Amino acid sequence: MLSEFFCIECVGVCMKKTGFEDAILSSEITPKSVYMDRRKFMQQTVATGLLLSVDSMLPAWAKKWPELKHSPYSIADTVNSFEDITTYNNFYEFGTGKKDPHKQATKFNPKPWSIAVEGECDKPGVFDLEDFINPATLEERIYRLRCVEGWSMVIPWVGFSLADMLKKFEPNSKAKYVEFTTLLDKSRMPGQQRRVLRWPYTEGLRIDEAMNALPIMAIGLYGDVLPNQNGAPIRLVVPWKYGFKSIKSIVKIRFTEKQPVTTWNQTAPKEYGFYSNVNPTVDHPRWSQKKERVIGLPFWSPKRETEMFNGYSEQVAHLYKGMDLKKNF
Amino acid sequence: MAIVNRLLICTKVWILRKTFKLKNFSDKQVSYLVRPILFLLCLLLFAMLVIGALNDSLGVNPVETLTHETGQWALRFLLFALCVTPLRRITKINWLIKLRRMLGLYAFFYAALHFMTYIWLDQFFDWIEILSDIPKRPFITVGFASFLLLIPLALTSTKKMQRRLKKKWVTLHKLVYVIPMLVVLHFIWSLKADYLEPMIYTTVFLALMLMRFFHDKKKASKT
Repeated sequence: MLSEFFCIECVGVCMKKTGFEDAILSSEITPKSVYMDRRKFMQQTVATGLLLSVDSMLPAWAKKWPELKHSPYSIADTVNSFEDITTYNNFYEFGTGKKDPHKQATKFNPKPWSIAVEGECDKPGVFDLEDFINPATLEERIYRLRCVEGWSMVIPWVGFSLADMLKKFEPNSKAKYVEFTTLLDKSRMPGQQRRVLRWPYTEGLRIDEAMNALPIMAIGLYGDVLPNQNGAPIRLVVPWKYGFKSIKSIVKIRFTEKQPVTTWNQTAPKEYGFYSNVNPTVDHPRWSQKKERVIGLPFWSPKRETEMFNGYSEQVAHLYKGMDLKKNF
Repeated sequence: MAIVNRLLICTKVWILRKTFKLKNFSDKQVSYLVRPILFLLCLLLFAMLVIGALNDSLGVNPVETLTHETGQWALRFLLFALCVTPLRRITKINWLIKLRRMLGLYAFFYAALHFMTYIWLDQFFDWIEILSDIPKRPFITVGFASFLLLIPLALTSTKKMQRRLKKKWVTLHKLVYVIPMLVVLHFIWSLKADYLEPMIYTTVFLALMLMRFFHDKKKASKT
């Protein structure tokens, strides 16, 4: 009792110093978890703006994966701040505003988590998330993310190769596509209470795209556990496609023979194609895709020229040889 | 229930008293008190955006914030200006009409800022891109059209012009019933999926138009 009181007091003092006492008073977290659950505490403090960049403030040992294998696929661009990456999100399951997920996902508990693997493969089943995570295969991958809305960030993900994971399920010869599905749970994902999109969110890749070396299943950010608003506990990252292809909070993976139905394609088929590769020569019908606003630069900076396949042509251009990318946008 | 009733009566009395007092505002009180206060209040929004830009507190994507804020305030001021006449009819406070021009001009002011944000911060004076965007992207076409239509209204907003144009002024300024529709369309076409906000503005606009419609009908049936 005493210790609980003391700790709340101590956190309260910290908050008072920064003028955020209201935030801690109104929070629903139990006293113990404030100081016992490092992850939640971090989210709370970040939520109250106490830490601008966890990366710079937290000592290396405090992170879940302080030392990760560097990947040759990482780019050398300046990485966006933790704040940029975690307070400006499109994750309609937690609201349609860019700031909504950061506010509304704080209560989301991604544990326990399992993923159902179905369809055209020899080893389907329901797997616990922990079954997929092998610390030895974890890597840091610094990828550029280009949103279909015309902005971009550079994000240091923690994850593992999607191809390596998929191979374990032994997809058969009929497996031409892979379909991914996000969790459907109105009570945990309040944004699903409104039919802004057809829930659950689904996405898909052609099997050869999925087996490429670039796509990863991300479970972390900045060397630590993935924040809820970024798609905890596990999400896809496909760096040469517009951001919405990188589906978040995945609960189902299905190998299919036919091209899967994808959420944005279904919502507006003329605007969002199945492929949705970053392509400056094919505009969105309502806005140009030639340039992108680089998040993190001062507001008077001009936009950056968008690169074909978001700069990943070398790794992926061969996948689309002979294809009309204007038709298959 | 009794408490609710009493509360309602109390608020009614309070509102009546207030309106009674407001109604009696002299011309001087309106010109030297009400209008300057309103002027500063409307300008405050702009000040907040400027301070936000200087402080770097406009969020992760400041240009987007500036674009959205200026655009939304332009639309809101258009609707505020349209509120004046119905509000005057309901409350019988006649001097409200004296605030209408300012509200309209603020709509133009925020629309101009919105347009400048697009030209400068969004496109960075890339004229080739801008000139191809305006006819090519329907949402930009409609937005640009509504800005163009606001210009003559702003230019002819002075008393002098009002006197000079006489009946033509009234006809010209009927554009203010068309512009909000274009602006809402511009808003809808710029969005990806969630149309809640433009729907709220549409509802408000339709309500204001209906109030006018019923008033005119009543007037017509009387004569």
